[in-house]
Amino acid sequence: MTDQARQRPKVRHRTRISTWGPGLLLISPSLVLVGIFVYWLIAKNTKLSLSDKHTAIDPEEYVGLDNYRELLTEDRFQHSLTNLAIYTVAFLAGTMFFGLLWALLLEKGIRGEGVFRAIYLFPLAISFVSAGVVWRWLLNSAEGEDAAGLNRLFQIVGLDGLQNPWWDTPNWGMVAIALPAIWQLSGYVMALFLAGFRGIPDEQREAARIDGASEFQLYRHVLFPQLSPVAFAALIVAGHMSLKVFDIIYVISRNTYQVEVPATYMWQVQILQGDPAKAAAIASVLLAVVAVLIVPYLIYSHRAEKRS
Amino acid sequence: MTATLTAPKAPPHPVGQSRSRRRLGPTVRFLLLLGFLVLVFIPVYVLLVTSFKARGEIAASETWSLPSDWTLDGWETAWERLRDPLWRSVQLAVPGAVISSILGSMNGFVLSRWRFPLSNLVFVLVLFGMFIPYQAVMIPLVELVTVDANIESGIPALLVTHVVFGIPICTLIFRNYYETIPNDLIEAARVDGAGMLQTYARIILPLSAPAFVVTLIWQFTSIWNDFLFALFLSTDDNGPVTIALTNLSGGQLSNYQASMAGALIAAAPTLIVYIVLGRYFIGGLMAGSLKG
Repeated sequence: MTDQARQRPKVRHRTRISTWGPGLLLISPSLVLVGIFVYWLIAKNTKLSLSDKHTAIDPEEYVGLDNYRELLTEDRFQHSLTNLAIYTVAFLAGTMFFGLLWALLLEKGIRGEGVFRAIYLFPLAISFVSAGVVWRWLLNSAEGEDAAGLNRLFQIVGLDGLQNPWWDTPNWGMVAIALPAIWQLSGYVMALFLAGFRGIPDEQREAARIDGASEFQLYRHVLFPQLSPVAFAALIVAGHMSLKVFDIIYVISRNTYQVEVPATYMWQVQILQGDPAKAAAIASVLLAVVAVLIVPYLIYSHRAEKRS
Repeated sequence: MTATLTAPKAPPHPVGQSRSRRRLGPTVRFLLLLGFLVLVFIPVYVLLVTSFKARGEIAASETWSLPSDWTLDGWETAWERLRDPLWRSVQLAVPGAVISSILGSMNGFVLSRWRFPLSNLVFVLVLFGMFIPYQAVMIPLVELVTVDANIESGIPALLVTHVVFGIPICTLIFRNYYETIPNDLIEAARVDGAGMLQTYARIILPLSAPAFVVTLIWQFTSIWNDFLFALFLSTDDNGPVTIALTNLSGGQLSNYQASMAGALIAAAPTLIVYIVLGRYFIGGLMAGSLKG
């Protein structure tokens, strides 16, 4: 009640256009650009996806949901969606596992912490294209005599049994192709968790220890519950990156059917097959998948901020 | 790879220690961390070692050994192929980072300290732009930029695109940062009769350096590393270094030495930025999770 009362004069002050008008004017170029490049283009893409423009020169005529109907029953598209699901699960499991593990090992402070942190994070500064060059070679599918890359390393350290065709494996190939992405982004999840741990006051640990809590109980009942917003944020950010995956798959596999995902399929359809309407429909489905994750998160963050 | 190699070694939390109520010893933790460090470094080792090998020396049996003859041939080939694209990437990433940071600063100021009706909704709508899969705008985008706006494909088209799609994250970083500036400062300026532009120029801008460092680094890195937009809006002849590197490493006669050297050359600028200014780099990361 008192808060509201205190805020009221400010609100009234802000409702006069002479006060807020100049601000809106200052940022209107940005707003117009984002409006055109994001919303107007999404609308145009949607319109294209509802048309029968199946070559570059066809006119754009409305055909309703035909393209979507075909797409959703197409084996190849379903295959790309399944691949994306496997990739996302593997990627999230991997980054969360290593991110949390590294944060746990580091959070109490250790000699050389800064160095460890910096090195776990550095793959993030590298492009997927550069990383792809070396991972393409590491994940070489040859085994035995011809083995190169990681398969050869397994031989050298006497773990011959671990040799496998990596991303050339049906279905599970997606797990292999998630490895470079896990390598690049585990450090990011670590940084998030580490910031979360450091945000918890030391007194709480002391209090728990005085109460006789074991180290395990301390983490289970005191620290982890407070990290759930961090874990949630990490899942959303990593999850939406995973759904958009393109670079690493393009660079490593050069568009092999085996590891195709909607983003690379869309590229094939647009550039190699030259079918804009179908490519637009694939892109729209991808947008819908990402939006299902992101829109509730944006609303949730927005509300949480309003409350605070 | 990392998962299969190390999973058995390290339990996610010190369950086994709980009964004795002892912490996982610092030495054990240190050794585990060191082990992961080695794993993270494996790709870098391969890049370095291979880049210095001679062309003949890529038999499968020698892949993990040091070069028997150290040579710079791979580096010379890569430099020859990447020199011009590298320069184009500089011409793209530097202005791109500067322009979107400036726009982001103005947006962040207005959306946090000079709000208008529905400004919070506008902010959320802008933010959405940083999460979309760019495929969902790509086909009409190419037409809009290169045909409707008649902007030359290659670096000019990419510059416009990166500036616009950099606005959401820069706005977010500046808005979060300006939220921490005490309102009293702004109210005081208002009482003194300062208008919006004066408040921004005299009060806000002089305090903005830390946020600028974060957005400049973030934008530079993401523009430098971009591949998707470059693939649709440029070619090998007018595109940035990521396109040239893909073509260098994807040819019929794969020259591993040159590819690996090229990957290191292409990654060098962002790595140097990371090493020198890593602290601020992390700032941009955190903003990505909307938590400021």
